[in-house]
Amino acid sequence: MKKIIIMGCGRTGGQLANILDAAGHTVTVLDVDAYSFRRLSPQYKGKAIVCNAIDPESLTKAGIAETEVFIAVTQGDNRNIMAAEMAKHIFNVPRVICRIYDPLRQEIFQTLGLETLSPTTIFADILKKRVEG
Amino acid sequence: MYILIVGGGRVGYYLTKALLAEGHEVLIIEQNPAVCKTINDELGGICARGDGCEVTTLLDAGTSRADMFVAVTGEDQHNLVACQIAKHKFKVPKTFARLKNPKNETLFKKLGIDVTISSTNVIMEHITESLPTHPLTHLMDIPERNLEVVEVRIPVGSSSIGKAVKDLSLPAGSMLSLIIRKDQKPIIPLPTTILAAGDQVIAVTSAESEEALRSALRGK
Repeated sequence: MKKIIIMGCGRTGGQLANILDAAGHTVTVLDVDAYSFRRLSPQYKGKAIVCNAIDPESLTKAGIAETEVFIAVTQGDNRNIMAAEMAKHIFNVPRVICRIYDPLRQEIFQTLGLETLSPTTIFADILKKRVEG
Repeated sequence: MYILIVGGGRVGYYLTKALLAEGHEVLIIEQNPAVCKTINDELGGICARGDGCEVTTLLDAGTSRADMFVAVTGEDQHNLVACQIAKHKFKVPKTFARLKNPKNETLFKKLGIDVTISSTNVIMEHITESLPTHPLTHLMDIPERNLEVVEVRIPVGSSSIGKAVKDLSLPAGSMLSLIIRKDQKPIIPLPTTILAAGDQVIAVTSAESEEALRSALRGK
């Protein structure tokens, strides 16, 4: 079981926190707005912290030193990139995953050594397959 | 020089004005159409509307021929990402990023941003400089050699007063270069030069030895 920090409790972050927590992982979810935590299920046993996660102090308070996986899924590509780089290069988190909507930006930061995912590219590929399939 | 500026806020605007006056070619990239229009009305057609973190915008702006890339939006994450893209995708030789949060400096440096400017730190330096008790002022950085030129004032009561330069336990990475003494010509310090209260000592030091230099000159 892993210690995981999820940055951003939107639809993706909230859903991910719920299923990882249900699977037995130790989850901490961060968001700038406490209202976002409404997406966490009543069964959610993890932590939810209101903070701006692109601040080294907030990340330290959230327990990043012991974190094994850091996932950045806020609405802002640049926010995700900066938080992921901070987790990777300042706090040496072993696994850092970063969502980047902009496919070109995703390519660049993948080359620069981040583990990135672009929902835009993935979903467009799925739709293309459906259309052609 | 061709200088690209991301962010047409107050910093970007006045910076552009100054750079144009110096005869440089400048282009501002700004997202807000109203801000773009104001700049173009006032300074001529030098503001392109767009997202300075987007590759297509940067392509249109001719980023690959830029000599300098300056990101001065109000958000650290935008400045960081824009500079990283300029540096790695477009190979701009020199990138500058404005920092809102001075704590982010380490990260920006680690990721290869050439120059970071934090207004908080700049203001702090000016304030501490004018305080009589200020311990050490940065005068200049030489990043490529990891050296800095600093000024240390010797206040009354410092443990180094009356000591010769050779008897100070100066760290290996530091060198005293000049002593400015009240009502005298500046002195190039010799090993036998004796320090006095009120001396302004200009020294070259590595960043790591800065603290040791400060305590050798002023005491703990």
